[in-house]
Amino acid sequence: MMPLPEILPFGLDAVLVRFDTTMSDQANRAALGFAAHIRNSALPFVEVSSTLASVALRFDPLAVGLDEVTALLQQKLETQDWGAVALPAGRKLWRVPTCYGGDHGPQLAEAAELAGVSTNAAIDALGTSRVRVLTIGFAPGLPYLGTLPPEWNIPRQTALTPKVPAGALVVAIRQFVVFANASPTGWRWIGQTALPLFDPARSPASLFSPADEVIFTPVSEAEFTTARTTPFGSATWEDVE
Amino acid sequence: MTTLTIHRAGPAMTVQDLGREGYLSIGLPRGGAADRKAICESAALLGQSPDHAVIEMAGMGGVFSVSQPTRISLTGAPMRATIGDRAMVWNASHLLIPEDRLTIGPALSGVYGYIGFGGGIATDPVMGSRSTHLTCGIGAALETGMTLPLGPDRNTDRVGMILPTDNRFEGGTVRYINGPQTALFDEATRARFTQTEFTRDSAANRQGVKLNGSGAGFATADQLNILSDAIQPGDIQMTGDGVPFVLLPECQTVGGYPRIGTVIPQDIPKVAQAPAGAKIQFTCITRAEALSSYQSPAGLTRDLSALCKPLIRDPAQMADLLSYQLISGMITGWDA
Repeated sequence: MMPLPEILPFGLDAVLVRFDTTMSDQANRAALGFAAHIRNSALPFVEVSSTLASVALRFDPLAVGLDEVTALLQQKLETQDWGAVALPAGRKLWRVPTCYGGDHGPQLAEAAELAGVSTNAAIDALGTSRVRVLTIGFAPGLPYLGTLPPEWNIPRQTALTPKVPAGALVVAIRQFVVFANASPTGWRWIGQTALPLFDPARSPASLFSPADEVIFTPVSEAEFTTARTTPFGSATWEDVE
Repeated sequence: MTTLTIHRAGPAMTVQDLGREGYLSIGLPRGGAADRKAICESAALLGQSPDHAVIEMAGMGGVFSVSQPTRISLTGAPMRATIGDRAMVWNASHLLIPEDRLTIGPALSGVYGYIGFGGGIATDPVMGSRSTHLTCGIGAALETGMTLPLGPDRNTDRVGMILPTDNRFEGGTVRYINGPQTALFDEATRARFTQTEFTRDSAANRQGVKLNGSGAGFATADQLNILSDAIQPGDIQMTGDGVPFVLLPECQTVGGYPRIGTVIPQDIPKVAQAPAGAKIQFTCITRAEALSSYQSPAGLTRDLSALCKPLIRDPAQMADLLSYQLISGMITGWDA
């Protein structure tokens, strides 16, 4: 069983439930599960969002007191082992055509070397890993995905890559990120997707939801070119049982 | 339908309201007006709810006209406002008729000035708000030649009102409360933080404001190994070298830099409105103290409404105005 998380006042109108101060798969599952549980409860929160290992819960400070909120959360937290709770219902499994290496992932070889595997083995391993949307942040719709096998605990670069394009797949610290827009990054750029991650005119605006699962399936350059002109970058999805 | 025409747009003019809530879990911050109090002042002057969208002008105004007689409010950072040679009183409401060209110049103090409209700006909401959020690709900056729709005005009688001004446009003391990461800073660093007089850097936008202090930065022991966590407007975040940034409505939803505390919602406008070079000092208060003066936008608007007074022309000022015009006429005569 995980140690009981901390409940910390966060500004005037929120509390933070922190499951851990370091990233672990268990702490993230707890954050996702607890956030979903509170969202579906009748507790007096106006907004619930989870990050890698914590949950931020906003409330109306004129309607409900901090002591009351803390007591309600304490009670919920004690009901079960949130690190062992099932992931929330309604998740999707996405298969995302991804072009690895070459001009679409110029640091693939470097990342593979840091992981101690060949480039082909890296594509096999990364291209079949079923990863979870750990959290969405940094930019709207931008997913942090994990947790990759331990050999992918590769460090961030000390210098920033000035610019990777929208849809770039990057890797570090056993996680993937896919960029919603062209961006600088300290993570290594290994592949390219054509995912439209965020579109304010679409409902839902974010393609992914927290706790969705994703496989970045390797495709050829020709298939990727087709994906670029196909809705959702040729990504397909199914409901997770 | 009444429309607003922008004959000249300043460089950073956008439509704003109180922002969009409910999207933190997909990484979209609330956004909305940098100075939410100015939105409430506008709503109070016009006798409508603070949900109405306004035009936010960063540092510089523009030239505007309307297609039908329209009530307007001028709030936030005081700016030089004129219709022809008539100076328009700030923090007040006025009637704008189609023949008028409302000209708004640079901010005289503060940063963000606002024009409100009876009925509000009626652009199509995106994800529940009319707020432009440029870094998230929602909406666009207002440009010269644009025409915007205005909503139906349901309170046309209330015009020519004025609100007392406050002093939130030149920095000063800003109150904050401790947060989830305050304990990462040792006591000496926290004490030094509240003893330091900061200067608002020239680096500032709707995401945050950088502050410069003299002396060492305000780092924590393990500054670079903090797990990214939820962040919110008002958070006082220490970047890699321990330089404080106060986060504003367009801040990201997740961040990895340690935060010494959170500026209370009531004082965020003072930070946003502090012009470059303004002095800011922080004072740490308890949550109970912070809560005692906290109001919802609706509550603040209600209280401000009670402070609105009819805008009466002061005869002394009118005399001044006349003499000013006479002198100006004489100068024109000499020039000719």
